[in-house]
Amino acid sequence: MKILVCISKAPDTTSKIAFTENNTKFDENGVQYIVNPYDEWYALVRALEIKETIGGNVTIITVGNTADEAIIRKALAIGADDAVRIDAEPNDAYFTASQIAKYAKENSFDIVLTGKETINYNGSQVGGMIAEELDLPFISLATKLDLNGTTATLEREIVGGVQVVEVSTPFVASCAKGMAEQRIPNMRGIMAARTKPLTVIPVSSNEEFTSYTSYTMPDAKSACKMINPENMDELVALLHNEAKVI
Amino acid sequence: MSTIVYISSNNGLGKSAFEAVTYAKKMGEDVIAVTVGNADSNVLAELGQYGATKVLVDRNANSDDDQQITKVIASAVSSTSANKVVFSHDLIAKAVAPRLSVRLKAGLVAGAISLPSTDGGFSCKVNVFSGKAFGNVTVKTENKIISLLPNSIQPEITGANCSVEDFNGNAGDSKVKVLSTKKPEGEISLPEAELVVSAGRGLKGPENWGMIEDLAKELGAATACSRPVADIGWRPHHEHVGQTGVAIRPNLYIAVGISGAIQHLAGVNGSKVIVAINTDAEAPFFKAADYGVIGDAFDVVPKLVEAVKKFNASNN
Ligand SMILES: Cc1cc2nc3c(=O)[nH]c(=O)nc-3n(C[C@H](O)[C@H](O)[C@H](O)COP(=O)(O)OP(=O)(O)OC[C@H]3O[C@@H](n4cnc5c(N)ncnc54)[C@H](O)[C@@H]3O)c2cc1C
Repeated sequence: MKILVCISKAPDTTSKIAFTENNTKFDENGVQYIVNPYDEWYALVRALEIKETIGGNVTIITVGNTADEAIIRKALAIGADDAVRIDAEPNDAYFTASQIAKYAKENSFDIVLTGKETINYNGSQVGGMIAEELDLPFISLATKLDLNGTTATLEREIVGGVQVVEVSTPFVASCAKGMAEQRIPNMRGIMAARTKPLTVIPVSSNEEFTSYTSYTMPDAKSACKMINPENMDELVALLHNEAKVI
Repeated sequence: MSTIVYISSNNGLGKSAFEAVTYAKKMGEDVIAVTVGNADSNVLAELGQYGATKVLVDRNANSDDDQQITKVIASAVSSTSANKVVFSHDLIAKAVAPRLSVRLKAGLVAGAISLPSTDGGFSCKVNVFSGKAFGNVTVKTENKIISLLPNSIQPEITGANCSVEDFNGNAGDSKVKVLSTKKPEGEISLPEAELVVSAGRGLKGPENWGMIEDLAKELGAATACSRPVADIGWRPHHEHVGQTGVAIRPNLYIAVGISGAIQHLAGVNGSKVIVAINTDAEAPFFKAADYGVIGDAFDVVPKLVEAVKKFNASNN
């Protein structure tokens, strides 16, 4: 099985969120980047488990700049075989997806995995866009993936429930919780990652569909009103009369 | 010009369908609803009340196949010369809207929370950084797709039922075979819920969730939980809210025995009103809440259930 796992950087979940240049740019000052948790915990680890049971190769790909090689090495340390970095700072889902799709087309993979969404832009767009570019089926928000030859059985979240579907390789899936368990890289993995192949390729097109033009922070909350724990009637009355939510 | 709204109608029409049609109507152009599958035409006709001028149904396409749905919408776009497509940002839209974006070369706003603004380009507000901030996304393409976050606008009835027409969208073959579908019964879907009761590790064990379910039932609310609670298996995974779970923005979020860690707040701080119930006066949740109760959930929640019962009785 040849598996391609798309990984993205994301600010550490405890990062302070702020903006600069008149609220048009994310303030990276002091921000620590990690591998987007969905990509790392679910997509990458499940790809490695498949490789470990039936053999194959796991390639990771990211659209990013030189600084992102830290997250690439982390993914290699967890166990990916090789890596590709498309040399650009991505600002748009279509831009990102079209670069990855072009590489995937030229190198024909059996499975392309992404995380469910990134925790910074939360778009959940890249996987579906890659699938459309490649004219492949897309199983979104998959929580389980099993293979039997070239037939894959996947479970995915549907509104309030779970659906089991079957597709043939090649296909694209986005991975959500349930797919696999987080792996912590060991010393051997970290050492090995240093010498695993990393190919850097230039961007193939600059076409963008959208851009983030500005950001705002939510209004500061007014102070929390404390209610006497013995007086739940008061809470209900406030929710009805003041907050008007019930 | 017209605007197409894609409606997921597998389980009848939910509130999010009415929100999406209302939203499209407010954008000011002719609104045509498109759906696939075998929903009852009488039910679909209700979309007219929210502003659709007609509904096109492709009864041959598989409503679980995003590739087929994409083709049907693309056909509808070309046969009606629409230049905008609106979705409700649900699980179907998360699969279909990105595909359609590529097919139509149309920029996609995923998870819009406002109507588009057209001064200085076409842009919409979205949540970014898992709800910790807002971003303005400008769409640069001629065609535009907006996927509307549920509970961002109120559905408005402005007219009467509309016509429902069969439509052949040339969906092609289905490459996805559905083996089974499990739907928990009688529950309110979390992303659509207006009221949510959520509990965390403070509840000590899964056997104590009865009072949370009672409270949810009295309020007509959905239930949710913090991540560790889903991780240890006290509650199902689909209830996990937060940065790495479901992001929600109900009108009311009641958090019981949840500390209010930054990753939890990220998924719920879009809620209009937050109530925190916690034994610890220093719990970070009180900084994000509108109303707070410092007390033991095992005393407070049953009292709250009684108070809501009394309120319901007097309002009937
Ligand atoms: C990368 C990353 C992603 C994460 N994503 C998420 C996420 O998406 N969602 C999420 O929820 N968490 C997430 N977390 C975990 C998060 O950091 C917290 O650990 C978690 O939210 C804590 O859950 P809790 O509040 O239920 O439990 P605890 O932190 O253990 O808090 C329990 C609370 O209950 C109170 N309490 C105890 N007894 C009672 C009682 N009898 N009555 C009332 N109150 C009581 C305590 O005072 C305490 O405040 C993530 C963490 C990381 C590192």
